Amino acid sequence: MTMKIPYYPGCTLNTVAKGFDATARDAALTVGFEMSELKQWNCCGATFPLTPDNLIALSAPAKVLSNARKEGDTVTTLCSVCYNVLKRTNKVIKDNKEKRGVINGFIDSEYDGSLNILHYLEVLRDKIGFAKLKEAVKRPLKGIKAATYYGCMLLRPFEDIGIDNAEKPVIFEDMLSALGATPVDFPNKIECCGAHLAMNNTGVVEKLSGNVMSSAVGNGAELIVTTCPLCQYNLEKSQKKLIEERPGYTGVPVVYFTQVLGLALGADINTLGFEKNEYSIMPLLHKKGIVPGED
Amino acid sequence: MKIKLAKEDIENPRIQLIERVSGEDLRRCYQCGKCSAGCPVSFAMEIPPSQVMRFLQLGRVDEVMNANSMWTCVGCLQCYSRCPQGVSVAAVLEATRQITLRKGTDHEKIKDVPFPFLKNAPQQAIVCGFRKFVS
Repeated sequence: MTMKIPYYPGCTLNTVAKGFDATARDAALTVGFEMSELKQWNCCGATFPLTPDNLIALSAPAKVLSNARKEGDTVTTLCSVCYNVLKRTNKVIKDNKEKRGVINGFIDSEYDGSLNILHYLEVLRDKIGFAKLKEAVKRPLKGIKAATYYGCMLLRPFEDIGIDNAEKPVIFEDMLSALGATPVDFPNKIECCGAHLAMNNTGVVEKLSGNVMSSAVGNGAELIVTTCPLCQYNLEKSQKKLIEERPGYTGVPVVYFTQVLGLALGADINTLGFEKNEYSIMPLLHKKGIVPGED
Repeated sequence: MKIKLAKEDIENPRIQLIERVSGEDLRRCYQCGKCSAGCPVSFAMEIPPSQVMRFLQLGRVDEVMNANSMWTCVGCLQCYSRCPQGVSVAAVLEATRQITLRKGTDHEKIKDVPFPFLKNAPQQAIVCGFRKFVS
């Protein structure tokens, strides 16, 4: 029987990043689990409050957790920020009795912090296993040098998140290796893309995301793979400036990891949302002989 | 510039408020500078993270409150991740931001946010931006 895992999409995956959601659901079914969307969910608040007295900001993610607990003891998510906010909120509720009481009072709940929050990458690593994932690959991404961009929220702070080593993580590279790609290590893979500063400080975002792109491409990356819609957005947008400034630079595709996962698992190429990416992955796939055709 | 350093300047109520809201003990910082070295946005800050800590240790709240540092911090937690003393400068900067916003003073006007951004950006950027910049 296919394993069913309750799934929290979050606001962005229900709107501008629908392809991230769809490719993840399809790939899950191929490797042996079903993502069962929570019957009731709301936005997590998109940022974990860094000041410990700001309990009201934990009521939105606590409500998500409280509803998710009604559907099982595990919940999975895809967006790095949702993952970070849910996991950190859960820890506060679990470890701090006084705060638990206040937060539950806000949302009329008795949630105790007993949920296990897993990122989709963790489901692949710990529930399915990368060895089994490798066996399921039908279209190996042979010869593709792919940079794994972790960003911040998937990794930090280590004691709350703990998905992998906060300075030298490997989970993402291991997944890409299982798909047959060649992961590219680069110094900026855990550096910030500029995040919400895209709202009012685009110069800073261009610089940060530009540094990430330059670092990845300088180390040989032909493709950037992300887990976060905001990273994806910032890394794509920042390339306009790089193209203007650097003769010969034409832009590098920035895709969600579930798009290349689906690709490797043999999904119909037209269902992977590649047409939505600002810099097309297709020339690369043709060049490497992964998808027939030429540009 | 000469500054007066008396106990009452260093332990003034505004410093105590920052410590209470942030949950951080400012005196733990021993000025190694790893936060400023690792901070991806320190180049754009008028006062970089390690100096924010130093100013506050010396009771100089106005310098920190008037600098752009708190609005430039992205909260990526690289400073905290690398601090040998376990201090989160991000939490200290968020405390100064919260103290400002809790007075009802917005840093960003929603009408000034460019429409293409509101239309095309991931929702999480909009939600997060409003949480960080609007009271």
